[in-house]
Amino acid sequence: MTQKRKIRVMVAKPGLDGHDRGARIIARAYRDAGYEVVYTGLHQGPMEIVQAAIQEDVDMIGLSSLAGAHKYNFPKVVELLKEQGVDDIIVCGGGIIPEEDIPELKKQGIREIFTPGTSLDEIVAWVEENVHPRNREG
Amino acid sequence: MTTIVDKVIAGEVRTVARLIRDIDDGIPEVRETLKALYPHTGKAHVVGITGAPGVGKSTLVDQMINRLRKKGKTVGVLAVDPTSPFTGGAILGDRIRMQRHSLDDGVFIRSLATRGHFGGLTQSTRSAIDVLDAMGKDYVIVETVGVGQDEVDVVKSAETTVILVIPGMGDDIQAIKAGILEIGDIFVINKADREGAEKTHSDLTLMINMDLKKYEGGKWKPPILKSEAVFDKGVEELLEEIEKHRRYMAEFEKGGLTTLRSEKARAELAELVKNRLLEEVFNRLIDSGDFDKAVESVAAGEVDPYTACDDLLLSRIDAIK
Repeated sequence: MTQKRKIRVMVAKPGLDGHDRGARIIARAYRDAGYEVVYTGLHQGPMEIVQAAIQEDVDMIGLSSLAGAHKYNFPKVVELLKEQGVDDIIVCGGGIIPEEDIPELKKQGIREIFTPGTSLDEIVAWVEENVHPRNREG
Repeated sequence: MTTIVDKVIAGEVRTVARLIRDIDDGIPEVRETLKALYPHTGKAHVVGITGAPGVGKSTLVDQMINRLRKKGKTVGVLAVDPTSPFTGGAILGDRIRMQRHSLDDGVFIRSLATRGHFGGLTQSTRSAIDVLDAMGKDYVIVETVGVGQDEVDVVKSAETTVILVIPGMGDDIQAIKAGILEIGDIFVINKADREGAEKTHSDLTLMINMDLKKYEGGKWKPPILKSEAVFDKGVEELLEEIEKHRRYMAEFEKGGLTTLRSEKARAELAELVKNRLLEEVFNRLIDSGDFDKAVESVAAGEVDPYTACDDLLLSRIDAIK
């Protein structure tokens, strides 16, 4: 019986919008799925999110945005992760994101975008399928 | 392996973060790394902060970090939150109050969940303390909700233990009396602007004074401080007391009273051996399928659980002998 690695995710709200109901609900859904969820609170800069994610050694960052700053903030997080030499933390986003922005965001490295109406079960199912805690190496 | 050790000692954040994950996930290989790191530990001052939910632990830690950084000290923080016993998941929210330090490379903050797997909170937290110590942090602050035995044990592995309370929690003081009073080196009444702060202060004073004999011969008598962590009030005084306690501990040990060190060694070793034994034996039972077979027999009423336990264990224990 080898100990199975526990999935660790970070839920973060980049930018200035102060609506974190959605982020909190997602955090609870992840907890109920058995993950360890680090919640950073509101008004986070992309670099703060990236540094926290590295210190916490999470497998995924879930970004929430409801006020239109996703086009800058989401790709910035991906870019900064790359700059820090991190290639194994998956970045997802959710919130009020217009359909037409999604292809560009995905092109810039956001793996998935969850818009209003997506059920919590769907989101957790996506994580189960796509997020695999890394194997042991240096 | 050597490279991991070198990287930790060089303070490389990513390596440290991953190593703590491996410790927490119970990856067997970390044992060798921890062995190699151990000679590099013992330099940091380990401070435990405990208290009921909502008393302001994270806020206080945030202000402590701020002030320690201004003094040029580096800080590692381990913030422990409970794992849900129903789902195994956890929401780790202590970081919210400390996020302003996330860009400061003199500060390393890690959230840990209590989990409750073999190896336990205590041992993996203790190992994580060692890692942050070896990484070169001057202070390692461990923040826990002081409710369970595990948390009390974690706090025991700190050199200075701070117990945080707030006014008006009469029953809370009762709880402290029952278990935690003995382990507190410093008491802090946070949110001291609230009604009842004086009463809490006198209650605590009374409790500490009941044991005056304990402090004879120059032994450390826990001070009781007041703070308003949100407004950064009382934080400097707390740091001063922590420093005093650190010096006291150094003197104490120099005075030939190494019992403290041997007590700590005993607790740590006992736990390591127990956990390792449990892990090795229990894992083998599960892997062999014998455990599941025994479960079925007990469930079917073919055998009582006591006999099943004997059957499972005795032959194996003989093998160890």
